[in-house]
Amino acid sequence: MRHGVLLAVLLALPAGMPGAAEPPPQHARTAPGPYPTIARGRYLTRIADCKACHTADNGVPFAGQRAVPTPFGTIYSTNITPDKTTGIGRYSDEDFWRAMHLGIDRTGRHMYPAFPYQFYSRMSRADVLSIKAYLDTLDPVRMENKPVELPWPMSMRWVMKVWNGMYFDPGVYQPDPHKSAQWNRGAYLVQGAGHCAACHSPKNMLGAPDLDNPLGGGMAENVFAPNLGNGKRDGLGLWTAADIAEYLHTGSNRWSAAAGPMAEVVQQSTQYLSQADVRAIATYLKDLPKQSDDSGDDEAPAHHIDEDVMARGKAVYVDNCEGCHMRDGRGLADVFPPLADTSAIQAAQAQTLIEAVLVGAQKPATRARPTGLRMPSFADKLDDGEIAAVITYIRNAWGNHASPASTGDVANLRSILRNGPPPQS
Amino acid sequence: MARRLPAVDVVLVGFGWTASIIAQELTDAGVQVLALERGEFRDTVPDFATTHIQDELRYAVRKQIFESPKRETLTFRNKRSQQALPMRHLGSFMPAAGVGGAGVHWNGQTWRFLPGDFVIKTRTTERYGAGFIPKDMQLQDWGVTYEQLEPHYDRFEYLCGISGQAGNINGTLQPGGNPFEGPRRRGYPLPPLKRAAATELFDHAAKEVGFHSFPCPAANTSKPYRNPLGVQMGECTYCGFCEWFGCGNYSKASPQTTILPVLLKKDNFSYRTHCDVVRVNTDSTGKRATGVNYVDIHDQEYEQPASMVVLCAYAQHNVHLLLLSRIGRPYDPESGTGVVGRNYAYQITSSVDVFQKEILNPFMGAGALGQAVDDFNTVNFDHGPHGFIGGGYIALWNTGGRPILQHHLPKEAPTWGSGWKKAMHENYLTATSIATHGSVMSSRQNYLDLDPTYTDAYGNPMLRLTFDFRDNELRMSHFLTEKAKLIAQAMKATSIHARFRKGPYSIVPYQTTHNTGGAVMGSDPSTSFVNPYLQSWDVPNLWVMGASVFPQNPGYNPTGTVGALTYWAAQAMRRYLKNPGPLVTA
Repeated sequence: MRHGVLLAVLLALPAGMPGAAEPPPQHARTAPGPYPTIARGRYLTRIADCKACHTADNGVPFAGQRAVPTPFGTIYSTNITPDKTTGIGRYSDEDFWRAMHLGIDRTGRHMYPAFPYQFYSRMSRADVLSIKAYLDTLDPVRMENKPVELPWPMSMRWVMKVWNGMYFDPGVYQPDPHKSAQWNRGAYLVQGAGHCAACHSPKNMLGAPDLDNPLGGGMAENVFAPNLGNGKRDGLGLWTAADIAEYLHTGSNRWSAAAGPMAEVVQQSTQYLSQADVRAIATYLKDLPKQSDDSGDDEAPAHHIDEDVMARGKAVYVDNCEGCHMRDGRGLADVFPPLADTSAIQAAQAQTLIEAVLVGAQKPATRARPTGLRMPSFADKLDDGEIAAVITYIRNAWGNHASPASTGDVANLRSILRNGPPPQS
Repeated sequence: MARRLPAVDVVLVGFGWTASIIAQELTDAGVQVLALERGEFRDTVPDFATTHIQDELRYAVRKQIFESPKRETLTFRNKRSQQALPMRHLGSFMPAAGVGGAGVHWNGQTWRFLPGDFVIKTRTTERYGAGFIPKDMQLQDWGVTYEQLEPHYDRFEYLCGISGQAGNINGTLQPGGNPFEGPRRRGYPLPPLKRAAATELFDHAAKEVGFHSFPCPAANTSKPYRNPLGVQMGECTYCGFCEWFGCGNYSKASPQTTILPVLLKKDNFSYRTHCDVVRVNTDSTGKRATGVNYVDIHDQEYEQPASMVVLCAYAQHNVHLLLLSRIGRPYDPESGTGVVGRNYAYQITSSVDVFQKEILNPFMGAGALGQAVDDFNTVNFDHGPHGFIGGGYIALWNTGGRPILQHHLPKEAPTWGSGWKKAMHENYLTATSIATHGSVMSSRQNYLDLDPTYTDAYGNPMLRLTFDFRDNELRMSHFLTEKAKLIAQAMKATSIHARFRKGPYSIVPYQTTHNTGGAVMGSDPSTSFVNPYLQSWDVPNLWVMGASVFPQNPGYNPTGTVGALTYWAAQAMRRYLKNPGPLVTA
């Protein structure tokens, strides 16, 4: 390993010097100029959604400094423009590959898994290096990286070595010979560049995704990323492959609309998926089991829903929500998203809805649907009890079934949004 | 000392309806466009969110989203023998401030003018003889015809998602529509809004007295809509908070709900807010605009050079800017010569309140939810026996039932105390009102110029408005109001209250914001400031949009025609960009 790195550094150095010699000869075949690689890298940079995290709010694209909140503290994304001192200008191909494949930076430090190397590890070397080829074409931006704000012992980078030992299984995606090429392409994108499970998987106390149930739904920042299995109630069971493709390309379909972090993912990433790739992803997702833990999620869960709460929730709904989402919860085609039969509404946890009501929500502004319609915040209009009641109503009206939202859950998120997360105990 | 900024291809003064259309069209043509807006940026959410927008006190009474007279106002007098005084509160009309302009707070009443409106001088002379035109009336043809504008009306209607019932498609009359309208190439993009109880009553009554009733064209969406730019609108909820309010539901056409989601993403478009343009600059020949000067919110003045300047501000402000910039010859009412400030016109309105027994639920409203008859509009009837020129529509608008300002009480009702409360209680759900919306023909005595006494926040002379209703307009409005009374009586009214418009014009009570003229279009440079493509005759790289180009004010709300003329001008600008110079030789 060490020798490999050394070799790579040695190989890389001349290329970075003025008047450098030609790049090392390619033995397999002669590439017809760098453009195809750069174009592929540009596409994969979007599909891997690098820019979303590596750009601060109103910041220079790819120059980093975006605060990425984790359950343990705040991590700041780094500058991935080719600046030689503050960016990745000194990264050799091997350095870059090691970072993406193993989560180790050029200086040999372990990175935190807020950078989703667990997933990028599944990408092929050619794909990874095409991303570098694209990033190398950016204007170098001098932007110092901000130190992470993590408590001990997470602040010790070597701790990640232990974490990796427990939760990280490096290796390029291995195709399943029993499945079609399309299925395998979908799996490769979902598990690799798309890093869907980074949000959509249950996570343990140490923030590690549950690799046995990678798309079973999980918390991501303040919202709950829904189960992507094929349960009809809280999964994608009602969605056809065409529905999935429409959602990823436009941000909405007849069942749902993206909001919160997913709106950003659609806007910056999935709307650019090629037709072939979006179909491949849909094929793979439609082949996922109903739900990996086989709990039978089409059944109404055994939650007690208080009739008084439902009545209060309905009253709040009629006054505040039905102008757009309609009395029957079906929304308005293409404009205001439906709430009935929607997996995100019936997700295991109500956090997504609580955040939408407190903060507001915005559909992605895509090439196909440029408007980016927005729902306003109701934080100043509804109190915690009213919000809990209306969310409980929405999760259990029109044939929906899901656990109630509690006033405490709303109060808790309201406090986090106002004051930041509570200090670690 | 103004700081000089890097040049742009095109600078737009204002960022409302016309600027948004021009910006969208010219950025498509590949040039760099900058819009300068004196107000602030606003968007559906959070600025007009349904969580707070239905606040009548804040928006309708205290006029939250309008021009502040502290920053900009005008002086007014009825006639030249009077001393004009500055308006410290605006009343009769309410210009907007902020991105989206009046497109944010309008009701959405989106009409096409009649084919005869564009050639009214020719038509009147042919039909009634030149002697029929009063001596001081400066009647003018527009230099553009309905047939030329038709495709552009169509574009604006499909941009906005207009709800309505066509009356004439390619010459074939359509049942239920306005039989007097000019032929249109296709129906409206959306069906008419749902009717209200009051508009049903009006419909039956109007037909009973022999008039042709039809649903008014509305920029309030009767269905969800996606326009040709891909921008989406939601279905109107009939909340009744349109005029004076932004729409929180993406249901009223505005720049925000039809163009900005696409325009604001373009690399070759930019805008700056809180920038008040104070002068259009010209070179030493006076034949070429070199850009504009503006003052920002920090009171810093900037010079913004540009290859082309388009005035997209409110009608009166466009004229004010031309006068301050000394572009074009100012109008002189003594000799009737000069063009800047010439042919200012307003609108003449009246109403007939109807008190009857049936419950109407007035609060279920939309800005342009209405039923109208057009039998007495400008060229739709024989004026011979009446001896006036012009006309207007008669409509019942069910725009809303806001408690403070939108209620109708019998004239004998007390204006305060328990008697007033009792009358409110008895009438709120059952009273309604019929409106007439009349044309104002331009007159030699009505005009705009610079005030010799009063100056504005920047020390520049204020705009002075000299206006009164002429005998022609008062007689026309009386005629129209009598016709409205016939409908009111047929509505099984227990009582009616006809509010005839009387002279002199008062600038205090709200009437409409339809100010027109002052920089009018035409094919004769001695009576118009812009040519038929809205390009200045004198300064070919200067263009004027909006109702300031109307040679007189027909009997309809102006926005539909403002939109059509803007698309028409944008098409001409594309030709101009390929080969800059006058598009019409005088």
